[in-house]
Amino acid sequence: MKGSRPLPGFPVSLGVTVTGVSLVVLLPLSALVWTATTLSSEAFRATVTAPRVVASLGLSLGTAAAGATVASAAGLLIAWVLVRHPFPGRSLVDSLIDLPFALPTAVAGITLTTLYAPSGWLGRPLAALGVKAAFSPFGIVLALVFLGLPFSVRTLQPVLAALDPQVEDAAASLGATRAQAFFRILLPELVPAWLTGFALAFARGLGEYGSVVFISGNMPMRTEVAPLLIMTKLEQYDTAGAAAIATVLLGASFLLLLGINRLEAWSSTPRRSPQ
Amino acid sequence: MIPGARAVSPAARWLLTGAALALVALFLLVPLTAVFIEAFRGGAAAWAAAVRQPDALAALRLTLLVAVIVVPANALFGLAAGWALGKFDFPGRSLLVTLIDLPFAVSPVVAGLVLVLLFGRTGLFGEWLARNGLKIVFAPPGIVLATLFVTFPFVARELIPLMRASGSEEEEAARVLGAGFFQTFFRVTLPNVKWALLYGLVLCSARAVGEFGAVSVVSGHIRGRTNTLPLEVEILYNEYQTQAAFAVASLLTGLALVALVAKAAARRFSPADAGKRENR
Repeated sequence: MKGSRPLPGFPVSLGVTVTGVSLVVLLPLSALVWTATTLSSEAFRATVTAPRVVASLGLSLGTAAAGATVASAAGLLIAWVLVRHPFPGRSLVDSLIDLPFALPTAVAGITLTTLYAPSGWLGRPLAALGVKAAFSPFGIVLALVFLGLPFSVRTLQPVLAALDPQVEDAAASLGATRAQAFFRILLPELVPAWLTGFALAFARGLGEYGSVVFISGNMPMRTEVAPLLIMTKLEQYDTAGAAAIATVLLGASFLLLLGINRLEAWSSTPRRSPQ
Repeated sequence: MIPGARAVSPAARWLLTGAALALVALFLLVPLTAVFIEAFRGGAAAWAAAVRQPDALAALRLTLLVAVIVVPANALFGLAAGWALGKFDFPGRSLLVTLIDLPFAVSPVVAGLVLVLLFGRTGLFGEWLARNGLKIVFAPPGIVLATLFVTFPFVARELIPLMRASGSEEEEAARVLGAGFFQTFFRVTLPNVKWALLYGLVLCSARAVGEFGAVSVVSGHIRGRTNTLPLEVEILYNEYQTQAAFAVASLLTGLALVALVAKAAARRFSPADAGKRENR
């Protein structure tokens, strides 16, 4: 693919890239790891195993997983309809999917809180059913579903569009029911993209602050997410403690990113031909 | 004709479409509408009074200033990264791509925290900055740096896969025909990636204007001086000035809608890019 005659501009563009990455990404993140290492390993362990820290990390992990799960399920349905069942106004709905990417998280946060508060449009019917939406872990999940929806839809759409419907016809002609065709032909093809969307939504949810901080209620041990606890520690001038929690979150982000890169490599490898 | 598996019955089709639209309405359309209803709850005059508050205007100015610095910086970086990582293969290339993506996965609060660790009073460069009378954290430079971190992948991530997928044949042909580097770049490469570049810039601008978590850590929340629009929304909301908070939020939502329209346009005009974007 690449020609033998090299194009010009490689040293300069690589220089700009490496300098940018070093200054913007590497230097700050190594400062974090460096600060965390100024804690002795016992102090580090004591910080990250303190009950309040464990509770916040557990809450962040749990709500991110739940939010990404709901977003993935809803995203599959929405992506399916957008790709397979044209309807009037489809392009408008399609543009609206990106709203959570474009809307500032603080705006999303205060809006969802107002909607799901016990006096809000959606909070009142839920309260009548005995469900507490805002100021509970469920509220955090609702905010993360909002945030995660476009990740799921946007990773599934191109894969769904690239699937040849004739494969399903072939399955039907061989006697497969619609359910069999969906679960045994379509779903396996969608799994890598589906997992990628899940992982992206999960990673975003794990570190989310703006849309969560308003709706969560921020009660220590109950509705305090890890990024908020970092903020609290920082305000109390406990920089090392904040850095310790941040290091745990950063480690999780890094693992997720590696997983996402593997998933994306998997989903772009050519699968066996349908014949 | 065989009844195909994809020939869904009309009833099932309506059921699926209805369910999908109900989800979109519940999760996206209702919140979008609620912003404007809350913003105009006190009438247009109350809305206008809220967005004309000096603090809101100062926050708008700072937000735009940050965007005007960060977005062009990302455009330059994205084009350089697209050229280096899209047109060339070298050891360490995929590591660089991963590092560029890293800010996507890092919590915005962590992004703000690292700046405090570097430039804060007790930070690595804190003493040096204080001695020279420079202030980064709790001042506009910190807000710019925090925004730069969180928006860093947006343009590069759009351009690298596209420039890689389009290969170097056209540029090589231009070179053989005697074009210089800048001629090749501006007349061959840039026209090929312009819609993807625009798409990345729209995403980058939306995030730059709306970033909250990272900016919140480093801003210091000094009203009229280091408060951006999203932070102004937070302060108003926490002061129970709900209508004013939503009025300012409606400005940000308006900008988000502009971004959505620009994004849809960038997608529509780049049918060729759309397929390539997913090839990494």
